Amino acid sequence: MKAPPFAYVRARSLGEVFDLLEHHGESARLLAGGQSLLASLNMRLAAPELLIDITHIAELSGIEVRGRKIRIGALATHAEIQRSAEIARHLPLLSQAAPHIAHVAIRNVGTFGGSLAHADPAAEWPACCVVLDAQFVLRSRAGTRRVAAREFFQGLYATALRPNEILAQVEVAATGTNWRSAFVELSRRRGDYATVGVAALARKSARGVLSDLRVAFLGVGPAPALARASMAALEGKRVSADTIAAAGEALGQDLEPSADLHAAASTKLHLARVITGRALTALAA
Amino acid sequence: MDTTNSGYVGKSVPRANARRLLQGRGTYVDDLRLPRLAHVVFFRSPHAHARLRKLDLAAARTMPGVIAVVDGAALAPYCKPWVGVLGHLKGIKSPPQHAIAIGRACWQGEAVAAVVAETREQAEDALEKIEAEWEELPVVVEMKDALSGRRVIHQELGDNICFKRELDTGAVDEAFAKADIVVEETYDFGRHTGVTLEPRSILADYNAAEHTLTVYHATQTPHMMQDIFSRHLDIPEGNVRVIAKDVGGSFGIKVHVYADEMAAAALSVMLRRPVKFVADRLESFISDIHAREHTATVRLACSKEGDILAFDLDDLTGIGPYSVYPRTSGIEGNQVVNLTGGPYKHQQYRAKMHVVFTNKNVTCQYRAVGHPIAVAITEAIVDLAAAKLGMDPAEFRRRNLVPDDAYPYTFPSGLKFEKLSHHQALDRLLELMDYKALRTEQAALRAKGVYRGIGLAAMIEVTNPSPAFYGVGGARISSQDGATLRFEPTGTITCLVSVTEQGQGTEGAFAQVAASALGVSIDRVRVVTGDTAVTPYGGGTWASRGAGIGGEAVLQAGKVLRERILEVASAILKTDKSELDIASDEIVSKVSGEPRLELSELGRVAYFRPDTLPMDFQSQLMVTRHYTPRSYGFTFTNGIQASLVEVDADTGAVTLLKHWCVEDCGTVINPMLVDEQIRGGIAQGIGAALYEECLYSPEGQLLNGNLADYLLPMAGEMPDIIVAHVTTPTQTSELGAKGAGEAGTAGAPAAVMNAINDALAPFGARVTAQPFTPERILRALGKVS
Repeated sequence: MKAPPFAYVRARSLGEVFDLLEHHGESARLLAGGQSLLASLNMRLAAPELLIDITHIAELSGIEVRGRKIRIGALATHAEIQRSAEIARHLPLLSQAAPHIAHVAIRNVGTFGGSLAHADPAAEWPACCVVLDAQFVLRSRAGTRRVAAREFFQGLYATALRPNEILAQVEVAATGTNWRSAFVELSRRRGDYATVGVAALARKSARGVLSDLRVAFLGVGPAPALARASMAALEGKRVSADTIAAAGEALGQDLEPSADLHAAASTKLHLARVITGRALTALAA
Repeated sequence: MDTTNSGYVGKSVPRANARRLLQGRGTYVDDLRLPRLAHVVFFRSPHAHARLRKLDLAAARTMPGVIAVVDGAALAPYCKPWVGVLGHLKGIKSPPQHAIAIGRACWQGEAVAAVVAETREQAEDALEKIEAEWEELPVVVEMKDALSGRRVIHQELGDNICFKRELDTGAVDEAFAKADIVVEETYDFGRHTGVTLEPRSILADYNAAEHTLTVYHATQTPHMMQDIFSRHLDIPEGNVRVIAKDVGGSFGIKVHVYADEMAAAALSVMLRRPVKFVADRLESFISDIHAREHTATVRLACSKEGDILAFDLDDLTGIGPYSVYPRTSGIEGNQVVNLTGGPYKHQQYRAKMHVVFTNKNVTCQYRAVGHPIAVAITEAIVDLAAAKLGMDPAEFRRRNLVPDDAYPYTFPSGLKFEKLSHHQALDRLLELMDYKALRTEQAALRAKGVYRGIGLAAMIEVTNPSPAFYGVGGARISSQDGATLRFEPTGTITCLVSVTEQGQGTEGAFAQVAASALGVSIDRVRVVTGDTAVTPYGGGTWASRGAGIGGEAVLQAGKVLRERILEVASAILKTDKSELDIASDEIVSKVSGEPRLELSELGRVAYFRPDTLPMDFQSQLMVTRHYTPRSYGFTFTNGIQASLVEVDADTGAVTLLKHWCVEDCGTVINPMLVDEQIRGGIAQGIGAALYEECLYSPEGQLLNGNLADYLLPMAGEMPDIIVAHVTTPTQTSELGAKGAGEAGTAGAPAAVMNAINDALAPFGARVTAQPFTPERILRALGKVS
């Protein structure tokens, strides 16, 4: 199929983006990597009148370290994050998750901000941002506001982004040397959408006790959410067969998976328990 | 072929067309641009079964660029409907099918209107303006429902049974009665499809002034399609030319008559201008043929010593609402009946098979037709019997495989085998994979909670079919092929062959045979295929026949042309022909090898200075030969595959660690091409075993008709595939080549299935429904409900 007719503008500044968004409203869409948007256009599932190409707006790009704070521009590609030594040093969870994102060709073009703003329930970055307690920097003509990742994701493809607003960058505090992270994902084939995945982060004491544990899932609900019951079951404990079992048990309260083409809800819950065990084992290692 | 003079045969010569394709200079149908070219897109039914109450085409007709918007009734005068039946499949029935369905759609995706516009974009824009009012009809989605006949899709046929067949050697019940061991299991096979990189494509160009039709077509069978277009569009055969330039993969998908392609050709006649149709990926999933939806129950009777006594099969397959024209959708089930139990020496066999209509996309012949089903059910039940006996599966096979010295051999289903090499292949395989070491390693790893499985799958495969396959049933499908070799003035050779190139390298193999037969270097041979106006008449590419049948025609033409060249040389050199030979692009003295005449000089004299030759001499430097396999219905090949897998008992994930295939396709013309055919075929078979399934809702809606949700095997999941050959040339041809294109696909699903079940054995679990998804494995393990 061919995309329905649309107009295209390459924006040179955020100001121009705001102008265009104000003028065209809902009929305009922002184009970054285009890895989801262009496919939906070509399948005629979306028919925007205008595509605003934001890829040439310098202030949306790059990865920057300022002290303990990492700023990741919305235009940073998955591959840039995967390759970044700074990310590997300060936010190893993102380095662990990146290889699970689709395939090399997509990672080379698809963007961090695009994935977050699209809010696909099977995407890797949203769950990572939730456990990292990331701050999303949203900009519009009216100014800049910051929204925590936990508030940003509001449902299936639904976010806190307002009309005329753009996700400009994400700010994350570096995880310190006494923190451990793990990312485990199951998919039918390498690079497929996750059947289920988990991002986990915790502070680990010299005695192996986990604290400040954060666990979030992808592929099991409309949006990434912290598995609070499971986290509570582990807080202040060491990883053992017993604590893994308790965490798995508690997942029954945390998750209400919906079935997809590849797995029934009960299968997803089973798999979530399996990968939780694997993630915890990795944290403890 | 004489191995002492085999030249390029048996060598991994790089094929000439690879460079062109890699440089992006291939010419596929979609690359063609003709003046006044129009583009057609189709309005397809969103329902699995529905009557069209109203179809409003008016708004679409007013859209920019639109040339015509037509429904089935409007197009019907331009294209006669067809019925997909064959005379030798007794009792097969199917309703007439039109180029565009009239009044009723029988599957989600069946086209009921067409939009023709100046551009594809404009046609798609207009398509959105078509308004249809549907009355949904009861759907028949499950095969068992179809068989029950509670709801009948085509009232005029009386029931939903397209075709049924029974086979009985007579003493099956006695064999089961005296058996020490009887095993029985039911196997389910998910419907899947053959995803070609290049989608189905056609460009039909009707010239009203000449009443000629030129069709550029991504097809495996240019001559068959020439006949079809001629008869259904009412244009004399000689006025129809079908050209298949580069074709981007076929796998059997491009060997059938598709309604939308016939509509594109009929629209060209109607509108008197070229019309192009290229299926997009989404409509490929709902309109390319599907295949392999089967449920088969198999029983095997065995003595306590381990001798297989009998097989008993009950197979049910669902084919969609029409039997596909002209090969029919009865062949796959028929093949399952023919081939089940095929490698083994039991004498008793009973089979019952039903082919039923359903409201899903049509199914038909896809790579290895019926073989993956027959091999899987045979090899799974054989493993089950071996397990029950406590025998090693390799030993059990060795005991029961037809001995290598038993040929010619007639299988209980009536098939005749010329010469197979099951035992040589088994021995070679076990040695290649170091079977004993793998078993030792498997036991050691099990103790550590690592579950590996080893699966074997012996197989037989139909290749080089005779007219018994289709011709005897009344189909105008040629089982013979032809080759024309022309000696050009500069001493090069043009080789015109009726077998087509689908990307598998057939042209390269023909160049090797031609160069070898003639004694010229391969870069002097140029092969032309895929044009009914240019090549000899022939069947094309299907049923693993191209190299064996087309190759033999090339060889025979080459041998005669060699003699003709030597006659010219004899006349020029005034030397007896028996003293001359061709070697390294020169006429040489046969005894001393001394160069006597360059071929370019021979060409110059033959074509431009024949006045210098004796008055009664006329050179004849173009030769055509045809070849039809006749001695056997099929030239069977055999082989055996093995798979090594690891199953994650917590996630149900299967990791393919390694795969082996030893097969016997007779003379191997080009080892590299054959091995890659085998590997590609195995990858497709692995797709069937682990990933591919067309998932339908209870309403008959295809749920995963896109490449994100329909899972093809990808490089990342593929294991290393080790290929080896036993070589038993067929004596039915001088070349001795049998087919190799489908062996990989035939045996891989069975090998993977058996490997998974071997891995699951410590848990007492088995899986029997393909594809073996993680969820199905977890269910078998009792870990999820």
